[in-house]
Amino acid sequence: MNDLNYIISSCTIGHTGVFKDETCLFAQTDGLGEHLLSLYRSLGLDYPRFYKMDQLSKLGWLASEVLLKDNAILPTMQPEEIGIVLTNANSSLDTDIKYLDTVADIASPAVFVYTLPNIMIGEISIRNKFKGENAFFIFDRFDADFLELYVGQLLDTGVVKACICGWVDVLADDYKACLFLAARGKGGVPSPGSDSPEPGSILFSKENMDKIFREGGIEQ
Amino acid sequence: MTDVFVVSDNILSPLGWTTDENFTRLKDSVSGIHWHDDAAISPVPFYAALFNAALDRELAARLPGGGELTKFEQLLAASIQQALADCTIDPADRETILIISSTKGNIPLLETNAPGDPELKDRISLFGSAQRVADHFHFANRPLVVSNACISGSLGIITGMRLIRSGRYKHAVIAGADLISKFVLSGFQSFQAVSPEPCRPFDQDRTGISLGEAAATMVLSGESKGLPHPLIKVMDGLTGNDANHISGPSRTGSELSHIIQRVLQNASVSTSEIDFISAHGTATLYNDEMEAKAIDLAGMNDVPVNSLKGYYGHTLGAAGLVESIITIASMKENIVLPTLGFREHGVTKPIHVNGSLLRKDLRYCLKTASGFGGCNAAVLFSKNTERP
Repeated sequence: MNDLNYIISSCTIGHTGVFKDETCLFAQTDGLGEHLLSLYRSLGLDYPRFYKMDQLSKLGWLASEVLLKDNAILPTMQPEEIGIVLTNANSSLDTDIKYLDTVADIASPAVFVYTLPNIMIGEISIRNKFKGENAFFIFDRFDADFLELYVGQLLDTGVVKACICGWVDVLADDYKACLFLAARGKGGVPSPGSDSPEPGSILFSKENMDKIFREGGIEQ
Repeated sequence: MTDVFVVSDNILSPLGWTTDENFTRLKDSVSGIHWHDDAAISPVPFYAALFNAALDRELAARLPGGGELTKFEQLLAASIQQALADCTIDPADRETILIISSTKGNIPLLETNAPGDPELKDRISLFGSAQRVADHFHFANRPLVVSNACISGSLGIITGMRLIRSGRYKHAVIAGADLISKFVLSGFQSFQAVSPEPCRPFDQDRTGISLGEAAATMVLSGESKGLPHPLIKVMDGLTGNDANHISGPSRTGSELSHIIQRVLQNASVSTSEIDFISAHGTATLYNDEMEAKAIDLAGMNDVPVNSLKGYYGHTLGAAGLVESIITIASMKENIVLPTLGFREHGVTKPIHVNGSLLRKDLRYCLKTASGFGGCNAAVLFSKNTERP
């Protein structure tokens, strides 16, 4: 029994492109809206709810789709054992501003519901039927130290067996998502033909999270 | 596992500036919910529990040096100041962390300040607000901000408990607040969720929520030395997700029921030992029905349940704190408050909605909360009546 916590997989989406683990899937230069739509199409996804989401939920949801694709550990767990802990700097401000614009005319309930950052957690939960621990925290910058402490404790104390955690932030044209699938013990199996390091070989540590956040992937 | 004790608390609401003032008004069945006709907030009149116009003057008088803070930040600071005055916890201690809970923070400024205002972006950042409040009290550590819809306050308490148990901190000061402005009110109105009368939780004629404003602070510590008896502990708490809908609760209540049962299991407390449940009870058709199903599924039909929304309205990011603090006051006095606005049982499960002031020994009490995004939370408090 391995009692350490590992990063089973990671996904970053930013101005430089989309990365799964240390591999660049798509180099990207478009604006956020086009980027999200082309990523949705490139991944061959068919999920009509996607079109109803605000930019923040679209970004976080797409990052979770990339993050969780082909993972072998979550299907072995109960819905209540899988948690989601997300963070950002701008809360739902991008949509708050858009919502307030609708208020002058007719307030839109479809926009209002997205004026909370944790709605993104709800979207990822609905898609994957995850029912475990939820939390959304706001920081001025990505805080890997806090994630290691908080999510590490959730894993160590058995509150969750796996946790999707990280950063998803959108404000106008500025955006960044960096998600980790963290679990206790090495649960991953390498995807066929991949040069990636064996999933689960990366410790769930602030140093590794910071590095992935900065570079999209760990250099070999 | 480290025991986590409730050291002090404060509620700053339209009903009063201290927990005692608030609890006294509640025992007298006084509601803060009133009829408001204010075109700046709503084109139609509405019921809500709002601070009155004297608030700014009061805050200025009570918070010397707080003039640089916005109204939202001043509310937090005034509440924190009161809670800190009632204990010996030192903000400048490296082992003390400030946790701020809010759904919208300074977002009302978007309505009043020019969009081009360069200071606006910094002012509306929730972390910025928390940092300014932390600086006001010279907290040594960076603050932590929880923003998880209507379970924020409860999640703040759970987070404080966890951070103390992690060993990183010994003390946690958890403060929550939200203001009601056009932003939030128009949103709930657009959902047709605002009741045309003061809200009536669990009642058969309930017609939705009333909104409310409040700030509240709870101070937790891993040390009980010098605390007055009875000792109140945060035994355990969990959150979870319905994975069903972003703006409506679970149809079955099984997800909330699951975390309630897990919290009890973690704390080695049986359902028959639970003396009282302080529910979310927003008085929307679906929320109250879901909670009733969850309580029924957990096998706690006989446990007295109340909702405080008829007194305070829904205070959003402060709600979990306000209602937990009143739960603790109730435990100290062995009183279960009536559910103001409740007359006729209006949920499909036979749960015990408390409609009158009930005197009962209270040892283990649960606080539940639910919110947009499908989130649920449950926190278990205990009272130790044994003298050391």
